[in-house]
Amino acid sequence: MAWVLDQNTPIYIQIMEEVIKRIITGIYPPGSQIPSVRLLALEAGVNPNTMQKALTELERSGILNAHRTSGRFVTTDAELIKEQRINLAKSQTLNYLNNMKGLGLTKDEIIKLLNEENI
Amino acid sequence: MNNILEIRGLTKNFGSKNVLNDINLSIERGRITGLLGPNGAGKTTLLKLICGLIKESSGEILIDGLHPSEKTKAIVSFLPDKDYFSGSERVIDTVDFFADFYKDFNKGKAISLLQSLNIDINAKFKTLSKGMRERVQLILTMSREAALYLLDEPIGGVDPAARDYILHTIMTNYNPNAAVIISTHLINEVENILDDVIFLKHGSVLLHKSVDGIRENEGKSVDAYFREVYGNMYF
Repeated sequence: MAWVLDQNTPIYIQIMEEVIKRIITGIYPPGSQIPSVRLLALEAGVNPNTMQKALTELERSGILNAHRTSGRFVTTDAELIKEQRINLAKSQTLNYLNNMKGLGLTKDEIIKLLNEENI
Repeated sequence: MNNILEIRGLTKNFGSKNVLNDINLSIERGRITGLLGPNGAGKTTLLKLICGLIKESSGEILIDGLHPSEKTKAIVSFLPDKDYFSGSERVIDTVDFFADFYKDFNKGKAISLLQSLNIDINAKFKTLSKGMRERVQLILTMSREAALYLLDEPIGGVDPAARDYILHTIMTNYNPNAAVIISTHLINEVENILDDVIFLKHGSVLLHKSVDGIRENEGKSVDAYFREVYGNMYF
């Protein structure tokens, strides 16, 4: 699985988003163990310290749980995962709206465009 | 003390030419640091000083609390930017030399890394391409269980596949309690694997910050920030 990282935002934030995406889409299902820091760092082509920082932040938010000896697990709290899904959708919607505003579209024009698409 | 490297007031002159001027740096164990700067900024001179290959004009370098000496050479693994192989020597001779010379050298690891590249350990260096010789040199450097790795331009002038191999080899083989310093001017290529960067300019430290700190505060990549900081040097 490829990790696509952009140039301008902090790497650990992009990693957090990617891991959340993988949890939401079921690549890392609720209650499952995620790969080790070392393995994930190699896969993403980033420094293990950066990966560690991203995963620690995710632990703090409760979406991951650390078990002292056996690694990190995805939360089984369905509400928490749902919440993360909404958060991610909101932030991507905001990006989209900013892009559309950048093109000079009004709210009505944006809604019209959305209605024309097969969602 | 967690700092593997402490540099205080380090100055180096070659004759009347000042190459490094009042350098102060602390490097923690477990961090990967990029030593960045244009050609002539003093990157190689700084690495050679840490290594003990040349002597400072003034100031102090402490590696694990010790001045550069035979003792520090035993815990510092240096990759020079030039290859030091003799063409008539075989790869295995150099591996054996490293095994004799460095107590921390892991011969089994070196041989398995060489085999993973399909390098015939009985081949003479003159039969290997430049890119392959560079990879052998990196393998020898990373096969030591050192406390400090100094890599001078490890990805200078190699193709993208070789670059990926080199970065992968560094990442999978450095000891997590050790520090790694990588000098380069190819920032874009190494940015994602670095914890911190040091910008050198005209022999002085311009800044020493974390990569994510720069991205967070400046909203741009280290590469873009570097161009901004150094931009006016070229125009």
